[in-house]
Amino acid sequence: MKYNWNWNVVLCRSECAQPYFDWILSGLGWTLVVSVMAWLIAFSVGSVVGVAKTAENRGLRLVAKGYVELFRNIPLLVQMFLWFYVVPELLPKVAGHFLKRELPLPEYWTAIVCLGLYHASRTAEQVRAGIEAIPRGQTLAALALGLTRGQVYRYVLLPVSYRIIVPPLTSDFMGIFKNSSVALTIGVLELTAQSRQIAEYTFNIFEIFTVATVLYMLVTLIVVTVMRYVEKKVRIPGTIAMGGS
Amino acid sequence: MIEIQDVSKWFGDFRVLSNCSTHVAKGEVVVICGPSGSGKSTLIKCINGLESFQEGVITVNGISVGAEGTNLPKLRASIGMVFQNFELFPHMTIAENVCLAQLKVLNRSRAEAEERAAQLLNRVGLSNQAAKHPAQLSGGQQQRVAIARALAMDPIAMLFDEPTSALDPEMINEVLDVMVALAQEGMTMMVVTHEMGFARKVADRVVFMDEGRIEEDARTEEFFGAPRGERAQMFLSKILSH
Ligand SMILES: Nc1ncnc2c1ncn2[C@@H]1O[C@H](COP(=O)(O)OP(=O)(O)OP(=O)(O)O)[C@@H](O)[C@H]1O
Ligand SMILES: [Mg+2]
Repeated sequence: MKYNWNWNVVLCRSECAQPYFDWILSGLGWTLVVSVMAWLIAFSVGSVVGVAKTAENRGLRLVAKGYVELFRNIPLLVQMFLWFYVVPELLPKVAGHFLKRELPLPEYWTAIVCLGLYHASRTAEQVRAGIEAIPRGQTLAALALGLTRGQVYRYVLLPVSYRIIVPPLTSDFMGIFKNSSVALTIGVLELTAQSRQIAEYTFNIFEIFTVATVLYMLVTLIVVTVMRYVEKKVRIPGTIAMGGS
Repeated sequence: MIEIQDVSKWFGDFRVLSNCSTHVAKGEVVVICGPSGSGKSTLIKCINGLESFQEGVITVNGISVGAEGTNLPKLRASIGMVFQNFELFPHMTIAENVCLAQLKVLNRSRAEAEERAAQLLNRVGLSNQAAKHPAQLSGGQQQRVAIARALAMDPIAMLFDEPTSALDPEMINEVLDVMVALAQEGMTMMVVTHEMGFARKVADRVVFMDEGRIEEDARTEEFFGAPRGERAQMFLSKILSH
C-alpha cells in the first residue's frame, strides 16, 4: 500500500483550505465539555437514585430500581435518538417547541442530558454498593446521637461511601468520556465527529485518527493520574489502601 | 426515668422479646446479662427506638418511645448510647466525632462544641489524640472516645451494649474505669455486660435475660447472693469461673 503521510494536515490553521487544527481543538473541547457536564448529572442523579435504592421506604426503592433497569438496559445509541427525535414530540407543545426551535445548541444539551442520565444508572449502583458496604452499626450510632436519616446520609454514609467508590467512579467517568463520541450521531461536533469531517475533507485518515486516538488516551491518562491523587487525598488515615495503586 | 412495661417483639415469626418489664430510676445503674441471643441488645435498642416493638410501652422521662408522633431524633439525642464495636465515624477526626451531633443536632456553635469535646476527651484521658482518626487508635481508646461522644450531648441516661466485648483483655479496664466513674457521679445507666466485677461494684440492680424473657430482676447483692432461677445460677457459675 502506498500512502502519502502528511502530518501537516493536523497542524493546519490558515495555510490549508480549512483550519483543521482548530477543528480538532474545538472537537476536543466539546468532548470535554459534554463529558464533564454529563458526569455532573450522572454524579448528582446517580447519588440520589443510589441513596433511594437503600431507603427504608419500599416505594422509593422500587422507583430507583425502575430507573436503573430502564436506563441501563436500553442501548445508549437508542437513548440518544429517543431523547433527540422522540422526546420533544411527546412533550407538551410549548416545551417541545422550545427544545426544537428556541434552545440554542439543542444537540449538545440533549447529548449531555442523555449521557448523564444513562451513566447515572451506573453511578447509582456504585453509590448503593458503597453505602451497603458500611456496617449497619454506623447508621445506628449516628441515629442514636439524634441525627435524622437525612443527616446520617449526608454526614456519615455518603462521605464514607464516596471514598470507598473512588476507583469505580473513575472508570465511570472514563466510560462517559468514551461514550461521548456517540453524541456525533445527533450532530454534536465533538472530537470523533471533527476527525471524521477532516478525514472526509483531506483523506488523511491515518494521521487524523492517530491524533484523535492519542488525544483520547492522553485525557484518560490525565484523569487516571488526577483520580489517583484524589484517592490518596481522601483516604481515611489509619486504613489500608483499597483497590491497589 | 426509663420504664419498660410488658414489651414484646417479633422478627417475623420469631419472638425475640416476651413481655419484658423493668425500669431504671434516675441515678440508678442497671446491668443486663444473659446468654447470647437472649435479646439483650434488642431490648436496649428498643429504649431509644433503634428497634421497634409490637407490644407494650417504653417511656423515657415520661415520653413514650413507640408512640406515633414522638420526635425520635430529639429523644435519642437525650440518651447516650455506646456500642460493642465503638462505631466511631472513620472519616472524621476524634474531635470531629465528638463535635458532629453537638453541631448538627444541638446546634451548638463550633467554639462551644470544640470546648466541650476538649473537656470530655480530657476526662477520658485522650486529649492528645483529638486530631487523629479512629483507625489510628486502639480499641480501648476508640471506646473511650465513643463514650465522650455520647456524653457531649449531655444525656439524661446512658445505654451501653457490651462496651468491652470487642476489646483485648488489657484494654477492658481503661473503659470500665471511665464507666465506673460515670456511675459514681450519678449517671443513669443501663449496661449490657458480662463484666460481673463491674456489676458488683456499681450496679444497683442486675437483670438476667433468657430466650427473650426477663428471668431475674434483683438488687445486686441479692442477685449475686442467691439467684433464684436455675438458668441464672448456671449462667453465673459459667461466667464467674472464667
Ligand atoms: N434483624 C434481625 N432479624 C431477625 N432476627 C434477629 C435480628 N436481630 C436479632 N435477631 C435475633 O434475635 C435474637 C436476639 O438477638 P440479640 O442481638 O438481642 O441478642 P443478645 O442477647 O444481644 O445476644 P449477644 O450476647 O450475642 O449480643 C437472636 O436470636 C438473633 O438471632
Ligand atoms: Mg448483643
